[in-house]
Amino acid sequence: MGGPTVTFEQAVAKYDPVLGLEVHVELNTETKMFCGCPTTFGGAPNSQVCPVCLGLPGSLPVVNADAVASAMRIGLALNCRIAPWSRFARKNYFYPDMPKNYQISQYDEPIAVDGYLDVDVEGETYRIGIERAHMEEDTGKSLHMGGSTGRIHGADYSLVDYNRAGIPLIEIVTKPITGTGDKAPEVARAYVTALRDLLRALQVSDVRMEQGSLRCDANVSLRPSPEAVFGTRTETKNVNSLRSVERAVRYEIERQADVLSAGGVIVQETRHWHEDTGRTTAGRTKEEAEDYRYFPEPDLAPVAASEEWVEQLRATLPEPPAQRRARLQQDWGFTDLEMRDVVNAEAVDLIEQTVAAGASAAGAKKWWLGELARRSNDSGVALADLGIDPDGVARIETLIAQGSLNDKMARQVIDGILAGEGTADEVVASRGLVLVSDDGALTAAVDEAIAANPDVADKVRGGKVAAVGALVGAVMKATRGQADAGRVRELLLEKLGVEG
Amino acid sequence: MTFTSTTAVDLAAGIAAGDFSAREVTTAFLDRIAETDGELNAFLAVDTPGALATADAVDAARAAGEPLGPLAGVPVAVKDVITTEGLATTCGSRILEGWVPPYDATVTANLRRAGAVIIGKTNMDEFAMGSSTENSAFGPARNPWDTNLIPGGSSGGSAVAVAARQSPLSIGTDTGGSIRQPAAMTGVVGVKPTYGGVSRYGLVALASSLDQAGPFATTVADAAALHAVMAGHDPKDSTSIDAPVPPVVAAAANGDVTGMRIGVVKQLTGEGFQREVREHFQKSLDLLAAAGAEIVEVSCPHFEYALAAYYLILPSECSSNLAKFDAIRYGLRVGDDGERSVEQVMAMTREAGFGPEVKRRIMLGTYALSSGYYDAYYGQAQKVRTLIARDFAQAFEVADVLATPTAPTTAFPIGEKVDDPLSMYLQDIATIPANLAGVPGMSLPVGLDDKGLPVGLQFMAPAMADDRLYTTGAALEAAVGWEARP
Amino acid sequence: MPAISRDDVAHLARLARLELTDDELGHYAEQLDVILGAVQRVSEVAADDVEPMSHPVAISNVFRPDRLIPGLTPEQALSGAPAVEDERFRVPRILDEE
Repeated sequence: MGGPTVTFEQAVAKYDPVLGLEVHVELNTETKMFCGCPTTFGGAPNSQVCPVCLGLPGSLPVVNADAVASAMRIGLALNCRIAPWSRFARKNYFYPDMPKNYQISQYDEPIAVDGYLDVDVEGETYRIGIERAHMEEDTGKSLHMGGSTGRIHGADYSLVDYNRAGIPLIEIVTKPITGTGDKAPEVARAYVTALRDLLRALQVSDVRMEQGSLRCDANVSLRPSPEAVFGTRTETKNVNSLRSVERAVRYEIERQADVLSAGGVIVQETRHWHEDTGRTTAGRTKEEAEDYRYFPEPDLAPVAASEEWVEQLRATLPEPPAQRRARLQQDWGFTDLEMRDVVNAEAVDLIEQTVAAGASAAGAKKWWLGELARRSNDSGVALADLGIDPDGVARIETLIAQGSLNDKMARQVIDGILAGEGTADEVVASRGLVLVSDDGALTAAVDEAIAANPDVADKVRGGKVAAVGALVGAVMKATRGQADAGRVRELLLEKLGVEG
Repeated sequence: MTFTSTTAVDLAAGIAAGDFSAREVTTAFLDRIAETDGELNAFLAVDTPGALATADAVDAARAAGEPLGPLAGVPVAVKDVITTEGLATTCGSRILEGWVPPYDATVTANLRRAGAVIIGKTNMDEFAMGSSTENSAFGPARNPWDTNLIPGGSSGGSAVAVAARQSPLSIGTDTGGSIRQPAAMTGVVGVKPTYGGVSRYGLVALASSLDQAGPFATTVADAAALHAVMAGHDPKDSTSIDAPVPPVVAAAANGDVTGMRIGVVKQLTGEGFQREVREHFQKSLDLLAAAGAEIVEVSCPHFEYALAAYYLILPSECSSNLAKFDAIRYGLRVGDDGERSVEQVMAMTREAGFGPEVKRRIMLGTYALSSGYYDAYYGQAQKVRTLIARDFAQAFEVADVLATPTAPTTAFPIGEKVDDPLSMYLQDIATIPANLAGVPGMSLPVGLDDKGLPVGLQFMAPAMADDRLYTTGAALEAAVGWEARP
Repeated sequence: MPAISRDDVAHLARLARLELTDDELGHYAEQLDVILGAVQRVSEVAADDVEPMSHPVAISNVFRPDRLIPGLTPEQALSGAPAVEDERFRVPRILDEE
C-alpha cells in the first residue's frame, strides 16, 4: 500500500484540520487507584497484585485519596471547574488484560470540566480548551507469543501480567482544537509537551512516554473550510512520543486529504500509529465499536469535593511552567534562543538548582548544556540521572571562579564524581587536582620553556604577542595541566619584557 | 445433652463454662451432617479437619485460661458465595468449581475472630440467582419438612442446615429475599441486615447495591448473636456504614413491644398470598397487639413496581459483576485447543459454566444497560427505587417497624417453577422492597399451613435500626411459642 | 419497546460473551420477551423529576490513605489460573484489539 500522494502543504491548503487530543497519564501515587498494591514500574510479573486488582470474586475497590487529590490538582492547573459531585462508573467490555472485564472510570460525572491550556508555537499562543479530566484505572499488560513480530497479529497465544492493572490514570480530553491550519501538527506536539511539563511541575506523574506513563490518542478530522461543520474523525492510538504526536497528526491529515481529494469518505474508526513506518493502519470502525453499557459503579461512593477542599488544593499548585520559564529567563539574562536550548535539554530545574547552590547562571548553563549534555547523549542517560547533582556542579563552578581549578581539571572532577569517587572536594583531594598559580613553582617551568623555544621567544620579543600561546602550552604540558594558564601567560610576557 | 437441639447461645455458654468441649459439639454436628446430608444436599463442602482444628484450638485456649470469642466453639455453616481462604468457594456454579480463594471475606474473618467453627460451605442457587436452590450446579437442596419440596433460595443450603440442625447457625446472603424467603420455607429465623451494616468484602457479588449477608438461626436470640459478630464497619467495603452495630443482642433479650407501632403494608397483604399465609399473618398481628403493640396500616404505593424495578437493576449489575468469569485468572476453561481465540474460549466457557437462570439474567441486564435502552430501563428503575425508599420513609413516620408475610406461599415441589421465571420471581414480592431501599428485614416462623409446612412473617425496620427487628421478633417468637420441628 | 428477536438475543449473547446454542436463542428470545414485558411496568411510574438512586446508602468521599497494603504472592495470584507460563496468565490468542 502506498502512502498519501497529497503533500501536507496541499492538504492544509485545501482542508481545515480539527484536532482532539486524549492524554492518559499514570499518577505516581505509592499505591493503585483502588487497592494498596505498589505502582512501581518493572516488578516481577504478577508480584504487585491483590484480590482487588486481580479482580478476584468478592473483592471490592476503595478509592485512593491521593489519586483524587492529584486529579483535582491537575484539573485546577488546567483551569478546570472541579465538580462538586462526581462519580465513578463501570465501562463494560471484555479484554484479557482487564481483570474484571469492566474498567472503573468516570463517565458523565467527571471530577474536572471545562478548562484550558495555553501553548506557544513559533511565538503565537494557542488556547487549547479542556473538555474534562477524569479518573480511571489502568489495565494489565500482555506479551504476544509465538508470532514472528511480537505483535498481537499472528501470535499463537498471549501472557498477561496484571502488575499495571489498577494503576491510577487521569484522562485529559481537549475540546475540538480549531484554527491551527498548517500548524496543527506542531500545536498538537506543543500541547502534549506543555501538558507534560505541567504534570511534571505538579509532581503527580513520572510523565515518561517511553514507559507508557503518558500516552496520547489523537483525533483528526478535516473540513473544507473553517466555516463548515466538522468532518468525520479518526482516532489514532499508540502515539507514544512527542515526535510521534506531530508525525501522526501530520500523516493523518495527509491521508484523509488524499481520501477526500479522490472523492472518498473518511470512515469513523480507530487507527494505530506505527513508529517504524510512520503510518497509521485501520482498527475498529464505529459500527464494530463496543456498547460499553456504562452505569454508576455501585461499589464506590460518589466524590463530593467541597469548596474548602478545592481551595486547599489550589493553594498547593506550583507556578505555571510557562510563567516560571519567563521569570527564570529574565533572572538569568538568557536570550530566547538560549532559553529554548535550556528547555529542550530539560535543564531548567537543574540550572535553577545549580544557581540556587551558588553558581552563576552562565556557568551553570555552560556545564549542563556542554560537557554534561555531551555525556548524557553519549551514555543515553538523562541529564538528571547522570550521577552529578546541581550542588556538585555549583561547587565545581565555585572552584573555577576561585582559581582553584581550570576547565580541564574540572572535567576530571566530573569524571571522578560520575565514577562514584565522592563529592567535588573529595575528588579534588584524592586526585591531587591543585591548580599551580604559585609564581615560585611556575617560574622554573617558564624559564625552561623560554630556553627550550628560543625562536618562539624571539618572535614574542619582536612583538608577535600571539605567539606566546605556544610557550603557554609548553608550560601547561610541563605542569600536566595543573597550572593556571592566565598566570603562566602573564609570567611569560613579563620575562620576555613584553606588555600583555 | 443433645447438642444438635441446643441453641447456639447455650452452646457458647456451655463451652465457655467448660460444661462440654468445642470438639464434642463440633463432632455432634459433623455426625448429624454425615447422617442427613446425603438426602438434604445442604452442603457443597464439609470442612471436617478445619472444623475440628478450630474446635481444638478453642478447647486449648479455654484450658489455658485465654479469653474466648463470643461464638467460641459454635459451628457456623457459610453460604458458598462468601470466600474462605484455603476452602473452595463455588457460588453453586460450574464456572468456579474447584476455586480455592487466597483470601477470607471480612465476614469469614469476623467469624474466625469470634472463635466460631466454620463447619462447611452451603448449597445455593448459582451465584445466588433463584428462590428455590434448584439453580445450583450441584443439585438442589431439599426441604427437611418434605424432601420433595424446595427449601427456598437462594440461600437454601444455609436455611436447611439450620432447620435440620446440621449446624446451630449459618450465614446466607440476601439480594431480594434470599435469606428471608428460605427462612420462611424451612421454619427458621433469617435476617437481612441494613445495607452497609455487614461488609460485602469477600461476598461474591450478585447485585452490588442490593446484596447483604445475614444470619440464619433457630431462635431470634441466636440470630442476634451471629448478627453482632458478622456486622460492623469495614474499610475494605466503601459502602460499609461507619457507625456502631445496632444493639441487636440486647433487643433480642428484651422483646418488649409495649407502645411500638407496627405498620401493616396495605399493598402486601391481599391477593396473591396463600390463605394460610394470610391467616397466620393476621393471627400474629393479634398476638403482637395483645403484647402491647399498636397495629397501624401504612400505604406504600410504589411497592407494586418493586419487582419490575428489581428485575432491571439486579440483572444490570449482575451482567457486569459476572463478566469477570472469563477462563483467564481462575475457574473453568473450555475449548482451549490451541487454535481457538480467547474470545471464543471465553464465550464457550461462559456458555458451559453458567446455568440457564444466570444466562437469562446476564442477557436481561446486558439489554437493560444497552445504549438506547438505559434511560427507559435501568435509569427508570433507579427512579422507581427512589420512590420506594420514599414510601418507606413515610411509612416509618407512622410506624416503628413494618410487617408483611415473608413469601406468598409455603414451600412448593421441586421442579414446579423451574422454567417459569416470572412465577419464581413472584416469590420475592414482599422481600424485594427492603433490598431496594437498603433497610433491614427479618423472617421468623409463625405457624404451619394445612399441609404442615412453615409459614413466615417479615418485619422491616428503618436503616440501622436492625435492633427493632429483634425486639419485635423476640416478642412474636414468645407469643407464637414455635416448637414445630421438621 | 420492541419485541425480542433471536437476532437480538444473539447480539446480547455476543456482548455478554455467551456462545448460545440455536435452541437457546429461541428459548431465551421467548423468555426475555415475557420478562421485559413484565418489567416494563416501571415506565408507568411518573418519575421525570425523581433522582435515580444508585446507592441505598447516602454516603460520599470514602477514601483510603495512599499506603501500601501487602497483597498476594505471584504463586497465590496464579494459583487458580487454568494456564500459566513464566509467572504470567497464559491466554489463547487475542483477536480483538482494544
